[in-house]
Amino acid sequence: MRPNLAIQAFLGLYIFIFFLYLFGPLVIMSVTAFNSAEFPAITPWECFSFRWFNEGKIAYDGQRLAGLVTDRPLHEGIVTSLIIAAGVVTLSVPIGMAAAIVLTQVNSRLRTLFYSMSIMPVLFPGVIIGISTVVLWDRIATLGGDGFISELGRNGIFLTILGQTCFISTYCFLIFVARLQRFDTTQEEAALDLGASQSQVFMKILVPYLMPAIGSSAVIAFLASFENYNTTVFSILSEQTLTTVIASKVRLGISPAISALALVIICLTLIGAFFYEISRRSNQRKKGP
Amino acid sequence: MNSFYKKNGPVIATFFLVAIIFWLVFLIVIPQLYMLDLSFRPNLPPLLRGGPDDVYTLTHYKHFLYGSETSKDAYNYVDIGVFFDTIITAVLVTIINLCFCYPIAFYIAKLATPNTARLLVLALVIPFWINELLRSFAIRILFAGEGVINNILLELGLISTAVNFIALDIALYTGLTYAYILLMIFPLYNALETLDTNQLEAAKDLGSSTVRTHWRIVIPHAKAGIASGCTMVFMLTAGALATPVVLSSPNTYWFTQLIYQWFNMNDNWSRGSAYSIILLVVSVTFVLLMMRLFKVTIGEVVR
Repeated sequence: MRPNLAIQAFLGLYIFIFFLYLFGPLVIMSVTAFNSAEFPAITPWECFSFRWFNEGKIAYDGQRLAGLVTDRPLHEGIVTSLIIAAGVVTLSVPIGMAAAIVLTQVNSRLRTLFYSMSIMPVLFPGVIIGISTVVLWDRIATLGGDGFISELGRNGIFLTILGQTCFISTYCFLIFVARLQRFDTTQEEAALDLGASQSQVFMKILVPYLMPAIGSSAVIAFLASFENYNTTVFSILSEQTLTTVIASKVRLGISPAISALALVIICLTLIGAFFYEISRRSNQRKKGP
Repeated sequence: MNSFYKKNGPVIATFFLVAIIFWLVFLIVIPQLYMLDLSFRPNLPPLLRGGPDDVYTLTHYKHFLYGSETSKDAYNYVDIGVFFDTIITAVLVTIINLCFCYPIAFYIAKLATPNTARLLVLALVIPFWINELLRSFAIRILFAGEGVINNILLELGLISTAVNFIALDIALYTGLTYAYILLMIFPLYNALETLDTNQLEAAKDLGSSTVRTHWRIVIPHAKAGIASGCTMVFMLTAGALATPVVLSSPNTYWFTQLIYQWFNMNDNWSRGSAYSIILLVVSVTFVLLMMRLFKVTIGEVVR
């Protein structure tokens, strides 16, 4: 189907505007990271500098504006975010896998109910998941007295892992469901006929088949956890993660150090996308045309 | 249950059961039910919970409707106003995103060559993985008082003094539209990709106009994608917190910010819970409405 020239030109312009809208703000933000002025702007251009990546700057009013390297709260926030993301990945990937496998085994009446319940967390606003986790565990902590349970119930990192696992498990679940739809069950039957135990079938056939889904759901779970704000801001209590640090910085006043941080994240994303594309192409070449 | 154990073997079956019950019961059902329960209870310090004062009450829902007992207004105009502002804005953002994304999704799915299409999809994914807060921050830089847009407009002589885009909420609306646009484009793209191009050609050969082809063939085919995209965008916009935190003006509130205030600043957890339940009810209603309107199942909405 080839539309005529006028429509093509219009479409081209439309797509150009769309991508300008998508990328323009990000490009401008990246540029402001190199302007030495305290306020993130392109004009007036004070001078080109890396100071927002390094030591930051002391403003005219004597306030110390930290750069990326000197920003302690930011570093601590990143470490907390990494711990939480690791916890979420270890919980949500097995949960998603278990739920997806069991979905293939239950009868169709139960399947609808089970499926609807499993995807519900995605339809809940993130703030609500955070709040419900906190109120429940605060109650558990109060009832639990002074011991271990009480400490656990008021530990922001623990609560955040639970809250995020609630909906990130659904992402993993959907990835596994998609993969399992193409699974050939006769492989399992053949293995059982040849005398393998159920555990062997699971470890030697199902898990290797699900390996790509395990990998991609781990990546998705990690990224979703790392960039989550809405749930985290409630469940983190007195701790700080990367996103809550960024949010409190933005509320206090906007600084080019945040642009610098954003640029670092953009570059990491671009590198990731680049390697993803390369690995996909080499896979395709292996399979042949 | 026995056949389940037989089929999976004792170790694996136990692992499955523990994982699923932990998730569905302890992470999804019990927290929501407890929050629902809490929303009907007075705001008490932890030690008085379970005591004689801990009775069921509608006080928090009444507060949402009528305001505090000392206020002179008949209704709680502030909170109800914030609530409707949030919902109406979320609906508008959803409609704008749908109109804006439809041509792009159609182009990538049906008109572009496979190589171009893959490149465009990859380009679309990149901004999606940048933190929502940082994307909102990028919009904030554009719209700030001394920001790029003001400087350009001043330079061109279109305005004589800087426009306060933040106070006018233009920055907020732009940011919200920007934040979840990709959750509209991907469901649309996935739905349109499965459309057989022969159908489009047949329609054209039979003399159907472009508009008519889209109305009668493309849109009906993509309805699951449209329902899915609209639901996702609406839910995320209505429940957004990061974008309003960065972009809303000091006098504008988003409904989630009200919840945040009750919860964290005023330490009134049960009222925060009640307001959360109100938001949840709206969200669920919207999903059901979409399912009814487009005649799709919940499985088609969430993919």
